[in-house]
Amino acid sequence: MAKVLVVTSGKGGVGKTTSTAAIGAALAQAGQEVVVVDFDVGLRNLDLVMGAERRVVFDLINVVQGIAKLPQALIRDKRLDNLWLLPASQTKDKDALTEEGVGRIIEELRGNCDWVLCDSPAGIERGAMLAMRFADEAIIVTNPEVSSVRDSDRMIGMLDSKTVKAEKGERVEKHVLITRYDSARAARGEMITIEDILGILATPLLGVIPESQDVLRASNVGSPVTLNDPASAPARAYLDATKRLLGETIPMQVPGERKGLMNLLLGRRAA
Amino acid sequence: MDSSVEPARQLVRLLGRSYVAFVFSPVVPIVGWLEGIDAMLARSPDFFVGKPVVLDLSAVDLSQPAIIHLVKSIEQRNIRVLGFEGVDAAHLNLSMPPLLTAGRHCAPQVTVAEKRETKPQATSLLLDSPVRSGQSVIFIEGDVTVLGSVGSGAEIVAGGSIHVYGTLRGRAMAGVNGNSSARIYCQRIEAELLAIDGYYQTAEELDANLRSKPVQARLDGKIMRITPLN
Repeated sequence: MAKVLVVTSGKGGVGKTTSTAAIGAALAQAGQEVVVVDFDVGLRNLDLVMGAERRVVFDLINVVQGIAKLPQALIRDKRLDNLWLLPASQTKDKDALTEEGVGRIIEELRGNCDWVLCDSPAGIERGAMLAMRFADEAIIVTNPEVSSVRDSDRMIGMLDSKTVKAEKGERVEKHVLITRYDSARAARGEMITIEDILGILATPLLGVIPESQDVLRASNVGSPVTLNDPASAPARAYLDATKRLLGETIPMQVPGERKGLMNLLLGRRAA
Repeated sequence: MDSSVEPARQLVRLLGRSYVAFVFSPVVPIVGWLEGIDAMLARSPDFFVGKPVVLDLSAVDLSQPAIIHLVKSIEQRNIRVLGFEGVDAAHLNLSMPPLLTAGRHCAPQVTVAEKRETKPQATSLLLDSPVRSGQSVIFIEGDVTVLGSVGSGAEIVAGGSIHVYGTLRGRAMAGVNGNSSARIYCQRIEAELLAIDGYYQTAEELDANLRSKPVQARLDGKIMRITPLN
């Protein structure tokens, strides 16, 4: 049975799609059967970042409407055999998504792979709500910036109330992923600190991804950053984050900080 | 024809209603049984006020004068008799409470007031996880205690006081029912708005020295006084 994981944030442009692709690819490289699903109907991006934009025939909406079957819509990644993409529609809008349809697709995917990563759109409307509705776990992507942190707090509240698991009285396991972390600005005190972010969100930290040109380069060539340049700083951070997701304990490496401060963050737990 | 309006005949509406009544089942000796009633009344004198009882006489064999005497004894104790069960209709006359049939057994709701005065129960709401941005906690009946922080953009509305064991970043509105003695306590004040009984203060007006410190807020007339805790 698969784990359904939603990558959400509330705020737009923080790195949800980048993270979904990077972590999805890293999980596949670790031997897992992974399907990444794009829930951003009308403004789809996951197909671009995965390099599949020229092979899209059927999409999520087509499957919801019954026009196509799931195997017809799934696109296999060219680099990894066990990585699949279910793209969103670009022409329809979010109203075409129904809870019943999405539930059906998630159930079908659950039986056929190890991980279903749902790339949520920004905001708190239908697309974002449906992306999280059937989730077992969640990654809340946050930039070290005040409005992103507040929006992430909102999303954490929604994960605890608007998901099927929450309605049954169970807990959705949540992780914070800090992205676009600029160590130079952090050193100058211009960015909200990791400690402050975790103090506000009171949720375990999955990883800290540094701001980097490598991310832009990777999406321009249509490849997840973990496949395009595995030695780059963001790729290494994503690989560590993926290992933590799989249950390994890896010491947190804050980009740009001396090893001595690692211990401060090693013991990071929800408040 | 001249216009004479025939008086419309009132249609009699028959409505059904059911009542739940306590049932007394007297046993011999009646005197002893009455003493038991007296003991019950000594503990709760007004227990049967407004609650007429049904007498189930199936355990005893009383003549009509004995039944009349029993009813009188009970009514002397300020207990009204609604009707009888378990007795032959021949023993009853029209001046006595009627014979009831088709009574169904049910558990009576016993609300025995041990004390005469009804003090309002102190109620409070305990939240043992942080209140997230956008969440709204409304509890008019009393105090609200949060074991965790209150996120920016969240709000707590309480009829009593508000206690935050964490950082208060959102809005806290206490004493909303006109309770001007309500207070707001928190371990770190970064609130957007504080209000007690309608008198409010925004973050702008908060003394810079108090920001991020443990404080309590209370109402002094129409002015909110925010003072450090310890």
